[in-house]
Amino acid sequence: MAYNTYSLKEVANLPERLAPGHRMCAGCGATVGVRAVLRALHPEDHAVITNATGCLEVSTCTYPYTSWEDSYLHTAFENAAATTSGAVAAYKAKKKKGQLAENYKFITFGGDGGTYDIGFQSLSGAMERGTDMVYVCYDNEAYMNTGVQRSSSTPLYADTTTSAVGTESVGKLQNKKDLTVIIAAHNIPYVAQTTFFGNFKDIHRKAETAIYTEGAAFINMFAPCPRGWIYDEADLMNICKVAVDSCVWPLFEVVGGEWVLNYEPKHKLHVEEYLRLQGRFKHLFKPENAHLIDQIQDEIDRSWEELKLRSAADM
Amino acid sequence: MSKRANMSGNEAISNAIRQINPDVVGAFPITPSTEIPQYISKFVADDLIDTEFVAVESEHSAMSVCLGASASGVRAMTATSSCGMALMYELLYVAASDRLPIVLAAVNRALTGPININVDHSDTMGAKDSGWIQIYSENAQEAYDNMLMAHRIAEHPEVMLPTMICQDGFVTSHAIGNILLEDDDKVKAFVGTYDPEKHILNPEESVGVGPYSIGAYYMEMKIAQFRAMENARKVISDVSSDFEKVFGRKYGMFEEYEMADAELAIVIMSSAAGTAKDAIDNLRARGVKAGLIKLRVFRPFPAAELAEALKGVKALAIMDRSDGFTGNGGPLGSEVKGALYGRTDGIKTINIVFGLGGRDVTVEGYEEVYENLEKLKSTPAEEIPYCIHLGQREEK
Repeated sequence: MAYNTYSLKEVANLPERLAPGHRMCAGCGATVGVRAVLRALHPEDHAVITNATGCLEVSTCTYPYTSWEDSYLHTAFENAAATTSGAVAAYKAKKKKGQLAENYKFITFGGDGGTYDIGFQSLSGAMERGTDMVYVCYDNEAYMNTGVQRSSSTPLYADTTTSAVGTESVGKLQNKKDLTVIIAAHNIPYVAQTTFFGNFKDIHRKAETAIYTEGAAFINMFAPCPRGWIYDEADLMNICKVAVDSCVWPLFEVVGGEWVLNYEPKHKLHVEEYLRLQGRFKHLFKPENAHLIDQIQDEIDRSWEELKLRSAADM
Repeated sequence: MSKRANMSGNEAISNAIRQINPDVVGAFPITPSTEIPQYISKFVADDLIDTEFVAVESEHSAMSVCLGASASGVRAMTATSSCGMALMYELLYVAASDRLPIVLAAVNRALTGPININVDHSDTMGAKDSGWIQIYSENAQEAYDNMLMAHRIAEHPEVMLPTMICQDGFVTSHAIGNILLEDDDKVKAFVGTYDPEKHILNPEESVGVGPYSIGAYYMEMKIAQFRAMENARKVISDVSSDFEKVFGRKYGMFEEYEMADAELAIVIMSSAAGTAKDAIDNLRARGVKAGLIKLRVFRPFPAAELAEALKGVKALAIMDRSDGFTGNGGPLGSEVKGALYGRTDGIKTINIVFGLGGRDVTVEGYEEVYENLEKLKSTPAEEIPYCIHLGQREEK
């Protein structure tokens, strides 16, 4: 698609490949993002969707129903990327033997638990092997399917059910793992960080690039969760926008090793603007915790400057 | 024409895989099965097979690759041992419940700990309830032959279950012996092609594999697995008969050695049966009515046939090459006793755990087992321990 003539209206009218009627929550970011990614598939191409165990899986393929228009495969929590490797190998075998004329694309969806944590080795292996697939992490920063437990993606001081806030605790005490950077270190053809906001151009372009880049591609997609983050369902899009404008979730891509910063806010918002929108950070607004917000801001500033340096060096 | 060859069990299995030419192999090195993926890599490098070989970063991913490939409607294989199988554990259940006829070359090795690379059956016995068909081999020839039959059993439309072909680590996998290697074309014709009804790479029909299934459907799916395992009995028997017609070697659910008039018998599996047969020959020369049953098919378990075959036996030792720590004996012990109950009662039975972590039992050792069985005949049943160990160091 030519992105100078990108039109949300046109893209939104493409056939849906994730049918309505699934059981995901209202105000969930995962499904909005998944639909956005799937709209980047060219309608004439077939796809195999693989999925790590998680909210998306249990809510979209509950026997005897499926919401997926394409073939869909789920095997376990920690092995979505390796499972996809097997399907891609089978596809190559069939192509080589002339048993399949049609083109298939392989897209894997996993939450941050299945991607940053338990599925990390499987993902790293599939990326290192150059598997011709796109792995999309819908990052909602905790184990939401099991009830909001902390993951290595959970940000500093967030309240989760296994990093509980209490009289002696201010939530998770560790920084969020920078998975996008780690996957970029695999030196694969395409890595991107995105979310859905505005006219969805950023996510559409990155999904299309990832799907139609030969070899391994990875997209880390910021995907808020109303149950775990505690926000009003209608605030979903606003939270994404504020995350981008506060540099909590910078938009960038690494194309063939070249770092490209895709968006620089005109006025970088203070992280307070972002934290205030979510119940999981409520405890930080007690007067005695003001210094904790400063720490979060310091970390955001540090990683933002690091990202700018990385992309500037490539300019 | 079949040809005589000298090769190890691993080489024999690898040659079977070369002849089968599977679409996808996902594998990870682990002693003593490592040679199998090495052979496959070399076959690919030399263009002897057109398999997509995926050299993954763990056994967990090896089985995951097999799941993805098998769900895509192609033949998928792997090989592993011991801890490698343990790491695959969850996915063995996924393979069986998703009805993916993956074939696994298992080279039996003791499970950690302490870490040990030699044979016992604790690895595959740990997977005995995973829903896989399990076939055990005494030597390289049997491992090769069983592998040639594996796909036809696994992929039969009435079965559609993953299948593991087991051989003993080092004793079989690394010891070089004489085998008959069959002609490539004849093997290919016997194994046939695989074209499953449903898979995820069918452009005409999208398919969902591995759904979330709550209480309303889960039990029906498990019953479907139960029926598939039941169906496997006849399919294994039919495929084995067909194998005999084509290649001339006869295989049943188990092998009976000197059982026609045997009063003292053992039930045993895999390579240890070879040594025990030598002991029986010695005992028979001395007029002892000794016999042996070597179990080939552990899953599905041939309970009724086994009870029938043991009908004339007065004292029986069930030889387990893994312990199980169940408080009720090893896995084979429990299975055989269960098979006898209500069918062939009254045999004086003892369960013997032997050969753990590669501990050798000699011909003389098996002769002693039969000498003890002679005593067991006249021992009151309540005085027979449910399980003893054989071949361990004397306690000081």
